[in-house]
Amino acid sequence: MIRRLAVLASIVLLATPLAGCVLPEPSTYPEEMPTEVEEQPTLTTPDIVEGMFNVAFVYVGPIGDGGWTYAHNDGRLYLEETLDNVSTAYLESVPEGADAERVIRSLARKGFDLIFTTSFGYMDPTATVAEEFPDQAFVHISGLKKNDHNFANLFGSMESAKYLAGMVAGAKAAEDGSNRVGYVAPFPIPEIVRLGNALTMGMRRTCSECVLDVRWIFSWFDPEAEREAAVSMIDAGASVIVTGADTAIPVQVAGEMGFTGIPGNSANACDAAPDACLGVPYWNWGPTYARIAEAVMNDTFEPDDLYLGVPDNIVGFAGFMEGEVPQPAVPDWVIPEVDDVLQQMRNGEFTRFDMFTGPIHDNTGNLVVPEGESLTQSDLEGIDAELGTLLGRPGCTYCMGWLAEGFVADAQVPQ
Amino acid sequence: MTGSTVPGVVPASRLRLRLEAREQPGLPTHLAVSLLLLLAALLLAGTVMTVAGGNPLDVYRSMFGAAFGSRWGLNDTLIKMVPLALASLGVALAFRMKMWNIGAEGQLLMGALAASGIALFAVPPDMPRLPALALMAAAGAAGGAAWAVVPGWLRAQFGVNEIISTLMLNYVALSIVQFFVYGPWGERGFGLTPMFERHTWLPRLTDFADQWSALRGLTLHLGILAVPVAIACLAILLERTKFGFEIAMVGDNPDAARYAGVRLRRTMIIVMALSGALAGLAGMSEVSGVVHRLLEHISPGYGYTAIIVAWLGRFNPLAVAVVAFLFGGLIVGADEIQSAGISSLLQGVILFVMVSGNLLIRYRIRLRPPEAMR
Repeated sequence: MIRRLAVLASIVLLATPLAGCVLPEPSTYPEEMPTEVEEQPTLTTPDIVEGMFNVAFVYVGPIGDGGWTYAHNDGRLYLEETLDNVSTAYLESVPEGADAERVIRSLARKGFDLIFTTSFGYMDPTATVAEEFPDQAFVHISGLKKNDHNFANLFGSMESAKYLAGMVAGAKAAEDGSNRVGYVAPFPIPEIVRLGNALTMGMRRTCSECVLDVRWIFSWFDPEAEREAAVSMIDAGASVIVTGADTAIPVQVAGEMGFTGIPGNSANACDAAPDACLGVPYWNWGPTYARIAEAVMNDTFEPDDLYLGVPDNIVGFAGFMEGEVPQPAVPDWVIPEVDDVLQQMRNGEFTRFDMFTGPIHDNTGNLVVPEGESLTQSDLEGIDAELGTLLGRPGCTYCMGWLAEGFVADAQVPQ
Repeated sequence: MTGSTVPGVVPASRLRLRLEAREQPGLPTHLAVSLLLLLAALLLAGTVMTVAGGNPLDVYRSMFGAAFGSRWGLNDTLIKMVPLALASLGVALAFRMKMWNIGAEGQLLMGALAASGIALFAVPPDMPRLPALALMAAAGAAGGAAWAVVPGWLRAQFGVNEIISTLMLNYVALSIVQFFVYGPWGERGFGLTPMFERHTWLPRLTDFADQWSALRGLTLHLGILAVPVAIACLAILLERTKFGFEIAMVGDNPDAARYAGVRLRRTMIIVMALSGALAGLAGMSEVSGVVHRLLEHISPGYGYTAIIVAWLGRFNPLAVAVVAFLFGGLIVGADEIQSAGISSLLQGVILFVMVSGNLLIRYRIRLRPPEAMR
């Protein structure tokens, strides 16, 4: 009896998510945000400051993820530094399920003037709360919905940065002689398929023999799955690992095994494994956040589908931006070519639409996009006719659900 | 002494802690010990917060304010209470019989899945709200019950340890939900189903704002009504019926119960079915009352928390509901604290102290010289 109870008690404690199994180490924060520690207490509650313009952020992960959420928090800090009279607050690790709507509504009730929600799963909760609080502005990242008075969605052309990443990865795989790159893919959704296709096309530009292997891990943030995916692709012969998930672990793993990789999302992601890292396609939210906050302050905010490109400075490729030096592992011969393409992207001469222009074949040899045709924004986002009607946008013709030539022939988008 | 003392054995000359059973711990003892434990937990967590550079008093004040300090906070706390209370009542019922059902999480998920299936595919668009909700509730309860009957039957028939089987079925249930939300019921690969039609939503207070404007913005749904009903039914079942007496008897001494003519297997299976049905209803009320769709993370661990809630409520229906309310407040309040690690730490410390200190209700601590122990 006692023993049964002991077993029960230990299982309960182990299995209870409330029992605190996801504790990020508080000791990492001071290192990552040295400027913040002195001004801001470690423990905070998100409250507005009277007389200031108050902006709140809802994060899906911990700031310490070193990736997606870290990049948004960088944007928040930029916003606070750049604009006077702005006060910001955040809530991290907010699950996308039942709690999201409550958390967002609670921020709105407190009176935040502008609320950014930074994960796809917050789309409907944000839309609902935005309707209830028409005098406050809401911006949802990576979504599709908007309304006509206070709710916009925002995203950017990460595919451009991934294309550059593909160029470097292909060059490195060619130098390694493996001619094989691996892609850790979170979810079989249009965004991830699009980024994978951009990666493939970049890779084929510098290495026409290279193929791209892929593992779908069905999670944005799952360090163990990310590790396993990387190991599995290295075992299958890949020598460069590019990850679309949140952490830099796949690159660390590649480094430990003597190979290289490309993490994502946050400009400093190479710090996790500097020797193995070839660069980072990263999000640069700060300038855009500041622009939106100014627009809301000046009453010029117009809700829209905001999809920004490289000229808007919303994405970058770390190691190749102004004043930066490429990581040591990048093959020298490819650097001028990457610089050149990046310059074209900046000038608006090589946009995502130029990148996705026919002829494009899929990985089984079928012609997907005929010569002379370019994908539309709806094609890129995989918005089918039905969804398009709902959103008031045109439906797609070459809907983003295919893998471009360069993916290994048996790779598929899981149904 | 050869120097090879077993670690943990105290030298014989010292005083030793000793536990001594209390006679019939009454309600005052319960309350006093619980309050003391809560205080100890807050102190412990407060120490950690101080080390982390925060002011625990400020933190506690804003947590309390967020959870109970306004009608919005109370609204949110009550919403959290509904799934916790229903699942905890189910767990408490099974625990009464010493059936250690720790599968409330899986039963809740299966209830949510079944109710969602009905909402998405079986309810015609012109069906009135009441029968639609009744169908969903029935499906939710049935889904949860089915998921609990399996380990119940295995235990009754073959003596399979229900702790292990119910726990494992939690993971199976999660995988099944994942299969449906990413697969056949999914929308664009995002791990969520389409939004349900309006008439399958449990009415919320704010829906009546046209008649009573004070209700505007209150999102509490009528699933809350299931809580008092469940408390009353369980109280009557346990205290006033022959079946309730049999449950207590099986819990105290199964052999004696069998000699007294209790049909052990039948009782086990029925109790598990009821226990699972309550968890299933919790799942139904979440999809129909709060989220209005099925998604992978429909439960942030309600089923596991329910075990602790049931435990702290001493398996008494009314007490369990009160604890569920307080836990709802703890969850709502803790969400306010940044960084997020601190709030889970706080919740963890409170749980740990409360659960491990719980034996103080039944035992008192005495310091005795070792001679006196023998």
